Amino acid sequence: MEEGKDWLLKVEGLTKIYGNPSEDTVSRTGPLFNSNICPKTGAVVACADINLTLHSGEVLGIVGESGSGKSTLVKLLYFDQESTSGAAYLNDYEDGEQDVLKISNQQKRHLKNHKMGMVYQNPRDGLNFRFSSGGNIAEKLLMADNYHVGQIREKATALLTSTEVPVARMDESPKNFSGGMQQRVQISKAIANNPPLLFLDEVTTGLDVSVQAKVLDMIRRLQKDMGISMIVVSHDLSVIRMLTDRTMVMKNGRIVEQGLTDQILQDPQHSYTQLLVSSLL
Amino acid sequence: MIELKKFRRQYNYAFIDEDTKKEIRRKLLKAICIPGYQVPYSSPEMPVSRGWGTGALHISLAIIGKGDTYKVIDQGDDASVNACNIRSFVEKTAECKTTFDTGKASVIQTRHRVPEEELTEDQIIVFQVPDPEPLRQVEPYTKITRQMHAEGDYAKMWVALYESYVQTGDISKGPVLVNDRYIMSPSPIQAWDIPNLNNSRCLNLFGAGREKRIYAVPPYTKVEPLEFEDVKFNINDFNGAACKRSGEKVAFLEEIFNEDGKTSYHMVNDTNYLDKIMDNNRPKQWNNKYLVKKRKELNN
Repeated sequence: MEEGKDWLLKVEGLTKIYGNPSEDTVSRTGPLFNSNICPKTGAVVACADINLTLHSGEVLGIVGESGSGKSTLVKLLYFDQESTSGAAYLNDYEDGEQDVLKISNQQKRHLKNHKMGMVYQNPRDGLNFRFSSGGNIAEKLLMADNYHVGQIREKATALLTSTEVPVARMDESPKNFSGGMQQRVQISKAIANNPPLLFLDEVTTGLDVSVQAKVLDMIRRLQKDMGISMIVVSHDLSVIRMLTDRTMVMKNGRIVEQGLTDQILQDPQHSYTQLLVSSLL
Repeated sequence: MIELKKFRRQYNYAFIDEDTKKEIRRKLLKAICIPGYQVPYSSPEMPVSRGWGTGALHISLAIIGKGDTYKVIDQGDDASVNACNIRSFVEKTAECKTTFDTGKASVIQTRHRVPEEELTEDQIIVFQVPDPEPLRQVEPYTKITRQMHAEGDYAKMWVALYESYVQTGDISKGPVLVNDRYIMSPSPIQAWDIPNLNNSRCLNLFGAGREKRIYAVPPYTKVEPLEFEDVKFNINDFNGAACKRSGEKVAFLEEIFNEDGKTSYHMVNDTNYLDKIMDNNRPKQWNNKYLVKKRKELNN
């Protein structure tokens, strides 16, 4: 795709370091050193120098072993954590000119509630178990300026139907639900405000295979129907193969390879990617 | 041995020492400047345990002078044990006048009610508040509730209101939004009284002694109950019941059970208001849109 008005999210030099970094912390860590711990100060480089462009309607996969910084990356972009350095631009926020990592918490929350959705690996992170399932979805709708209870309940019913959660259990807390159902409630909540951008962080990990297939199926269907752009984080290449158009491979907090998903899976260049693909069952 | 003869009292004027009173007044000024914002304050020891109206007592004693007339109501009642004790305590230590008459009081301390009679610009009402933090029901940590207030992040409060509607069909116990900025707990006053805080002519002060917080609604300030576009806040409905003594319908009525424990009757809750009606000396009642609607309904 051409560079231009087509991009939705642009990330430049995104870096997150825990602890006290020295001047050469970034240059002395990474896949070359097979470590993300600074030998001088012990600072941990969760991710560094991440550049990426997400086009509208595109599904981007991020794959890597645990600790490679892929979850940190989406958490930074969803403002769950604060970045050490770097910038991110959203096409439909201030004409894509404002670095969204630098805006106030209030503006970040507004952006999150109106333009973004996030599905965490653990439903406990994305849902409030003290509220009912309907209430959880209502939270997203209320914050996107919908203060009409009738409409909220209508929308919540439609969302739960499309994610195959029994509507009769709408006013029940998700803590009474099975893991797969919780995950589907979480997805309903994430897409409640029709966000142009959705982050999926290891959504199928911990679900049994048949439920995994259902959840993935549903995500694919929703993506087609609503044309949402997604960043899908997973260590599972079959999830990546099923959902994504383009893939980035991360190791020790850096991107080591990126390209079309098929290309990466069939002709991996980096030795780590080759290892990943060859270990695919 | 030097004998201290200058002070005949064993306590300072109005019980609290002058420095602490000054501190409370400064916190009051801050609270008035930021309507609905909870200001932490010292909450000094009183001869009453915290949680028994000490917050309002601190405020009353900090602002009262010898020329003031003081009134206390406890759930609309001038003569309950708590009201009597607090009134005589303030009368003794602050050497002020006291009254039952709402119209003649300059400082009114109250628990659970706003007087039925409209208050004026010359009056100050002081509320006894048990739980000043409206967000406590949705967020246990004070650090986070303060951040939520600072950033105007009231999502959880709205969800709690939605949940309350789903479970009970009623949202009239919820908090209020003050001056389009802070969500505030209107003390545990009745839904009946909440609209009277909006654009009121009197100064409203709130003291929570146990939680060590002071907040305020200055005169002529916008106070709106949280409500949805299709589900609205409403004041209490007594299903057309009338006061047994006065026949009054448009006032907050309390239900009193007879000896048999089965049958009951209603009576106007505000004792001073009831007395005045019985004396054919009806005072001017509050005027809010809910009362106007109620009067219209009951006259038809």
